Order: sequence, then structure tokens, then C-alpha cells
Amino acid sequence: MTNAALLVYPDPPPPLLAQTLDLSGHPWKAVANASVAAAQEPADGWGGALIVADDDPEGAFSMCRSLRKRDGVLAPVLLLVTGAQLGELELREDLFDEFCLSPFHPKELEARLRHLLWRTGRGTHPEIVEYGDLVLNLETYQAALSGRPLDLTFMEYELLKFLATHPQKVFTREQLLSRVWGYEYYGGARTVDVHVRRLRAKLGEEHANLIQTVRSVGYRFGQTRTLH
Amino acid sequence: MQAQSDYVLRTVEERGVRFVRLWFTDVLGFLKSFEVTPAEIEVALEEGMTFDGSAIEGYSRVQESDMLLMPDASTFEIVPWHDEDAPTARIFCDVHHITTEPFDGDPRFVLKRNLERARERGFTFYAGPEMEFFYFQNAHEPEPLDQAGFFDLTHGDSVSNLRKNTILNLEAMGIPVEYSHHELGPSQHEIDLRYTDALTMADNVMTFRHIVRKVAHDLGVHATFMPKPLGGEFGSGMHTHLSLFEGDVNAFHDPGDEYGLSKVGKHFIAGLLMHAREITAVTNQWVNSYKRLSHRYEAPVYVCWARNNRSALVRVPLHKKGKKSSTRIEFRSPDPACNPYLAFSVILAAGLKGVEEGYDLAPEATNNIFELTPEERAAEGIAALPQSLGEAIDVMEGSDLVAEALGEHVFGYFIRNKRDEWAEYRTQVTPWEIDRYLGSL
Repeated sequence: MTNAALLVYPDPPPPLLAQTLDLSGHPWKAVANASVAAAQEPADGWGGALIVADDDPEGAFSMCRSLRKRDGVLAPVLLLVTGAQLGELELREDLFDEFCLSPFHPKELEARLRHLLWRTGRGTHPEIVEYGDLVLNLETYQAALSGRPLDLTFMEYELLKFLATHPQKVFTREQLLSRVWGYEYYGGARTVDVHVRRLRAKLGEEHANLIQTVRSVGYRFGQTRTLH
Repeated sequence: MQAQSDYVLRTVEERGVRFVRLWFTDVLGFLKSFEVTPAEIEVALEEGMTFDGSAIEGYSRVQESDMLLMPDASTFEIVPWHDEDAPTARIFCDVHHITTEPFDGDPRFVLKRNLERARERGFTFYAGPEMEFFYFQNAHEPEPLDQAGFFDLTHGDSVSNLRKNTILNLEAMGIPVEYSHHELGPSQHEIDLRYTDALTMADNVMTFRHIVRKVAHDLGVHATFMPKPLGGEFGSGMHTHLSLFEGDVNAFHDPGDEYGLSKVGKHFIAGLLMHAREITAVTNQWVNSYKRLSHRYEAPVYVCWARNNRSALVRVPLHKKGKKSSTRIEFRSPDPACNPYLAFSVILAAGLKGVEEGYDLAPEATNNIFELTPEERAAEGIAALPQSLGEAIDVMEGSDLVAEALGEHVFGYFIRNKRDEWAEYRTQVTPWEIDRYLGSL
């Protein structure tokens, strides 16, 4: 199963786009221009591209053009445009493989992306995430530890999924709040602490340290390397 | 919302859940449960489940008895105490009119409304209660399981199993526990719940009381949150730690202040003190509640605040150096038999009123407050909490703040119901009166 990162333009992308990609489990990286895109390209190539034209259509179209021109055409390209920009797509049909109206509905974007990746043979959605004794089935929303099912609430599950799909990476509370709960969520970063505590309680004493507190920064998922 | 409903439906299917219990709370704080099968849960999530509201204490009048339970999908959890072959889940519900409007008499809605008011001012309200309760041999006689202090009995099988099973069940339901120990009375226990936002905490208190009673029942004993089950012993309180956050900033904290308290913190305390007498009927809602409120047993009696005086109504605990997020205040009058949704509502309303109006905070109480004569206390402007349910209801009835916080429906029902309770109690002749008067008068 390939699971190459999606290129996302611009940097930073609109928060709702970042959140939608995270919740749907697609790895991604935002780039500011074509040279960053080349420099940051993963070893096995980009899995596709999502280009947002909303605020800067010129920049977006030139980004598309450079992706098409380079050696090894980058595909598929999904373009996000506003209703007012639809006219500008004329004579630019070669620059993208699919488009989606912005503001977008997260479910629609997710469906278009999934379909596009499937059509181009890049179906990338991981169904099973494993980390040590922990197994998450993203298809059925179930989590299990050493074969024992974990009884989680929806947000506990979403937080665990996000952390387990980004092991060893340190996230601040604000990052977790914006990626897992969404920017509009009101309640402050204490919400994250509260949910981490709930998750640790459910993971049980033996596995509570799967989610580590990084002092004065935030949280990291996974065993520290020194333990191995 | 859609993703949350999908999560519920998928989990019900994957885990073979046989029953989903829809939980809600009546005005007096009793947990109500309505069981649906997996086939019904999808419709329940989308459209709600119809039920007869006239059967519920403090809900609708008979002519408008059809009501809707709207499950809050974010609270869906599989309960740890189900039978092996019949996995069971529970989900908290909001109560709506059949027209889908939220119902004013639903305590969960009352709390949401008050939290929304705090949110409009940029505040999130956090609460962390210390739950005290007793274990007795049965529900008819307050016969303790032991007469000993903490260390004597931890080796006994029954008590350590009670404690172990209770804590395991709480943690499995995602309710982290701070610590537990034997309290001062015989067979008395305390379990502290780690702070969380007030709505989740009110749900947690409901779940907590259910788990404690259920575990006790399964081991053949009775757990009670009755505020004062034993004359001459300590009662059970629900000291509640409170804080307001503005985003990530603890709005009660000011490093430059001698108490570590910000202006918001001080105004909040001043609000609590100013309106303490008005909200007591809600935080201490039973005839029996007022038997706990005696300074001989470290329960608050006078409306004052202090850092170290454990008999003060509001205590400002010392926080760990550098832990500014832990600045909080402890409100010590509530008891664990309150309705947590309504209690948190009136506590928040009183504190916020202080913040909005910029009430001045009186000086910290001196330690000898109980040694003052009533005249001296009056001179210092220190009021006493109501001494009976009757007095508390009288004070509450005149309170615009409580009427606004609870809404007219709950406010009116509560006063009628509690007046009836008080009137009935007043006609009782107690064993104490027989002992004291029958022979001599």
C-alpha cells in the first residue's frame, strides 16, 4: 500500500483543509512555491497535489503549471476554486485532474480525493494502524490493545488515531486542538490535557506511557527510543 | 456530528452492542435511563426518541407529556459492567420538546445555557469535585462496614474490593481519579475527580454516583451520598474546585498578587460570597443537607473566604510554585446529593455576576471566626448560610440571580417541590424529641 504524502499549496493551507486531511488520515506537507516542492519531495515522490486557488489564483495556476512541466509529471492534481473563479478554468483544463468548489464540504472533498486517488491507482487510505500492542482499524473505528478492545468516546478515538498515525512527533496542545478538534472548537488547550488523561486511564497503567508529556511543549505518542 | 453518529453506529455493530441506555437527569438530580436496541439507535441519533415526560420529576405537565430524548453522540461509551454476552453502552441525552426545541426543564440544558453565557465573555468553566460517601450494610439502617480509621481496614477484603472495582470502573469510563482515601467518619470514603469542563463533569458526577452504587450493590452492600447519615459523625460533602480559563490562560491567576489571584478570581469569589445564601437551596437541596452544615464537623457555616481555614465557605488552596494553571478556588458547601448540572449552573452564575459587576472582595477571614460572638460577626458583616431547607428556599425565592440561572420552569418547580418537602418534614416528630420531651414535659 502506497501512502505517499500529498503536496498542499499554499503554506499554510486553510485550517479546514488541514483538518480535513488529518481526519481522513492522508499524510500531507504544505509548500510555498515550486522550489520548496522540489526540495521537500519525499523519496518515493508526492502522492498527489491539492492546490487552493481561493486567495491567490495566479500563484495557484503557476504552481499547477510547474507541477505539470517538471520531469515526472505530478498527478493527480486536485484544484480548489471559488464559484467566482470558475470562468478562469477555461483553457486551463490541462493543469488539473479534478476540481472542487471552495468553500468546500469536508465530506465532499474527502470523497473527491479518495475517488481521484483510486482512479489514478494511488489508493492510499491506510485501514490498519499498528503500534506495538495497539491496533487501530480506521475502517471500523475500533481500537484494541493486545487484542483487548478499547472502549473509547469519539473524540478519544480521534485523538488516539491522530497521535498513533504520527508516532514520535511532538505536538503542542494548540496543534492537537486545531488538528483533532478543529479551530472553531471552544474550550482551550485544557481540553487536550483532559482527553489525554482520559485516554491514559483507558490505556491502563501498563500502556499509559504510550502518550508522553513533553514538558512545557505538549505530547508525543510512542515509546522513547531509549527504552528499546 | 455526522462523523460522531457514524462512530456510534459502527461501534454498536462491531462490538455487538445489544442495548444502548439513553441517560438523562430529572430536576432533583436522579439519573433516568431508557433502553433502546441497536435497531432503534440510528433513528434515535437522527430524530430522537419519544418518551412520556409527565412521568419525570419536574418535567412537563400532563397535557404536553410527549417529549424527545436527543442522544449526545459525543458521550457514547460502552459500559464496563455489562454481562459478557450482552455488551451495553450508554449515551447522555438532551431533552427536547416534541417540536425539537430544547426543553427548559432539562438540567443539562440549564447548565449548557449558563456555560454559553460564560463563553460569550470568553470563559471556559472547569470543575473538580471531591466526592464523599458512606458504605453501609444495607439501605435501611446506617450500619457501617467498620468502625475503624483508614489504615485498619484496607486489608479487609470487602472494602479493598469495593475500592478497587470502583476505581477500575471509573477509569474504564474515562473518569480519571485523583486519589481516594478513607474519610473521617466510619465507613466513609472520598474519591476526587480530576477537573474537566463543567458539562462533562456534571455527566461524570452522574456516572460516578451510578458506578459507586452499582459496585457496592454487586458486593452486597449499600453506598449512599446522603449528606449526613450518622448523627455525631462527619457528613459527606462535595467540595468543588473551580477555575475559569480564557483560552489557555488561567483567568484566576496573577503571579504579582499576594494570594496569586487575579482580579477576575477575586471578583468571582466575591460573587460566590455575595450570592451564597441564595444558591444554597440548590447546592444543598435536601432537609438532611443542613444537618451536615455544622462547623463542629468542618463544614462551612459562615459566608467567608480564607487560604487555610478549612471551615471557610471558599478556600483558596496554595498552588505549587510555577504551576499557574493550577490556581483555583474551592467551594465547600455543596453536598454530593445535589443535582450537579443545577449546582454548577448557580455556582457559575454567582461567580460571573461578581466578575460582571466588579464586586469587591472582603478581607480574608481570620482563624477565630467561630469564637466571635454573633454580634461581633454581624459587625464584621459575616453572614451565616441558611440553617434549614425552609430558610434556604425563602432566600432563594427572592433571588433574581437564581431565577435567571435556572430559568422560570426549573425555578418554579424546584421551589414548589422543596416547600412540600419542608412542610412534610416539619410535621414529623423525631426520636430526639421523644427522648428529650416525652418524659419530662
